Amino acid sequence: MLGITPIPDILDKRLVFVTGKGGVGKTTVAVALGLRAAAEGKRTIVCEVASQENASRIFSHTEVGFHEVEMAENLWSISIDPDESMREYVLLQLKVRAMRDLLFRSRIFSYLAAATPGLKELVTIGKIWELAQLDRKVKSGRKYDLVIVDAPATGHGIGFLQTPRTFANIARVGPIHSQAQQLDRLITDQEHTGTAIVALPEEMPVNESAALESELRSEVGVAVDRVYLNGLYPERFDRDEAERLAELADGEEGIVRAAARAASSEHGRARSQRAQLARLRRRVEAPVKTLPFLFEPELDLAAAQQLAKRLN
Amino acid sequence: MPAVDEILAGKDICICAGSGGVGKTTTSAAIATGMAARGLRVCVLTIDPAKRLADSLGLRELGNEARQVDPELFEQHGIEMKGELWAMMLDAKATFDELVARQAPDEESRDRVLDNRIYQQISSALAGSQEYMAMEKLFELHGSGRFDLLVLDTPPTRNALDFLDAPKRLTQFIEGRSLRVFMKPTGLAAKVAGRGASVALSVFKRIVGFDLLADLAEFFNAFSGMVDGFQARAKRVNKLLADPHTCFLVVCGPQGEPIDEAVYFHRKLVEAELPFGGVIVNKVHYPAENLRGEGDPADLEATLARELGDDLAARVCENFAEYQALSERDARNIEHLAAELRTSGVIRVPYLDEDVHDLGGLAEINRYLFASSEERIEIAAGRA
Repeated sequence: MLGITPIPDILDKRLVFVTGKGGVGKTTVAVALGLRAAAEGKRTIVCEVASQENASRIFSHTEVGFHEVEMAENLWSISIDPDESMREYVLLQLKVRAMRDLLFRSRIFSYLAAATPGLKELVTIGKIWELAQLDRKVKSGRKYDLVIVDAPATGHGIGFLQTPRTFANIARVGPIHSQAQQLDRLITDQEHTGTAIVALPEEMPVNESAALESELRSEVGVAVDRVYLNGLYPERFDRDEAERLAELADGEEGIVRAAARAASSEHGRARSQRAQLARLRRRVEAPVKTLPFLFEPELDLAAAQQLAKRLN
Repeated sequence: MPAVDEILAGKDICICAGSGGVGKTTTSAAIATGMAARGLRVCVLTIDPAKRLADSLGLRELGNEARQVDPELFEQHGIEMKGELWAMMLDAKATFDELVARQAPDEESRDRVLDNRIYQQISSALAGSQEYMAMEKLFELHGSGRFDLLVLDTPPTRNALDFLDAPKRLTQFIEGRSLRVFMKPTGLAAKVAGRGASVALSVFKRIVGFDLLADLAEFFNAFSGMVDGFQARAKRVNKLLADPHTCFLVVCGPQGEPIDEAVYFHRKLVEAELPFGGVIVNKVHYPAENLRGEGDPADLEATLARELGDDLAARVCENFAEYQALSERDARNIEHLAAELRTSGVIRVPYLDEDVHDLGGLAEINRYLFASSEERIEIAAGRA
């Protein structure tokens, strides 16, 4: 991938959240963005949250876990487990060893941690923040130019990004209050932090993406840099050809009819997708970029690499 | 695999479950419409705030109360409606508030809970509370006897387990038994728990701040009078889910990941001894042999070229080859699914030419959902 043109704005940020409705290909796009940034020479890490392990599925089914694992040149991956993040957070907070040991052995502590609403999400975002630091808190931590997060789907995604602010409101004093505020400042720092919404060219996903963008901008206050319309069919046939194919399908039998019907269906879908693309462009503010439908049996690393080249 | 109306014969509750983005909401709406058309009074419940269900049923909006879909709309879409179709969108917070109001011994305890900041967080944001409230509303509506059939479109839970465990986890949380003990650090309980626990508590206090801990303590105290009520109710909800008149339908897509999730979900249903009814795979690329009848694929390009010219024929063939590759993938994945579920058939809804977002689209889906396997192939081939 030499000689590629760098993608402006979005990959120049330090932290990018990839979100969208369930099943639209968020993980594939997050990995593709990671591959692209790495190919542009940026040291990049792709993070999964809430133990999804989807990216590791793309990276040939090896489990990533709570470690920074090198996946390709310049590209790392980590699965951020909230319990591990909590542990790491406590280790960084408490300098006295005896106290830490006591804490980790205590059932009451893990109970409290589990019972406090939003704490899991908060420490997860805390870990993302830590990864994005040039001066890493974790000893011998690598420095990354870009952190990409495969964020939770629509409804949960908004709640996730709002966690620090919500938490700062419920914990009004103490170290966690100021840390939550710091995390909220990171998320709403429009110069360094951004989001990419992944959408599909269908009626409801387009509506949801438009609603998601406006909530991300107005409620969360985060920058929305891109909307990626995923799975766009090629326009293989023009209108006249489609008419001829429809006539052929009506007049023929057997395999010729099947092939003509498949072509007509494809033409119909490609056209309705173009209409949805136009609607999406009218309804969102961020630049809308398209990604092709991949006629691949499964979305694997090769698929993500294909998309990485097509990103803009 | 029999048609959906045969699977649901004699059932009071149909729960559509599966991972996000597989068409659960649309499938739920289609099933409810189809069963209502056959003469039942049906209510479909969704917790999806994305207005999808409202849009597809021609309702401007849905609220926490059931609303009837205008019978005239069905006529406009050529659907003969013998029964009634109702729909509602679950408001998890409002349902939780109602439940608290019902369980609270008096107004003062009710307000203590409703005003608590921790409660306000968990009632809308805690993982599992939406799922729990969906079950709760289902239980309440079932008890009212207003409907012949309830169709629940479950929340798009990442993990199928979350959904089934939600009532238990939430009651355990509310119960907060072990936690309440430590909230009174001078009591006998603290002495029994020992020094370790009180140090852990003080460290936790130092990290999250004292006021948060005080709120937590207040929350559990406020709830203490209602714990038994919540537990009893969760038990009854679980019993309803396991009732033979309840039926779980697993909904998925034909790609590897949703198929894996469907297999996993089915296993969880079996483990929990919950009644599995069947599996629906949406957006399937039907195999070409079902569509084409007779014909030799080797002659295809030549035959097409005579009709369409070389250039167009080549593109039609390329398109057909890609379609067939997808249909082979789907067939492989569905075969794997059928083997894992030890079921002879799977209800396959084809990838339709048109995007489904209105009653007409639901009627089109129902041609497949309410048909036998043989009929489905005929419909997909355009022969029925």
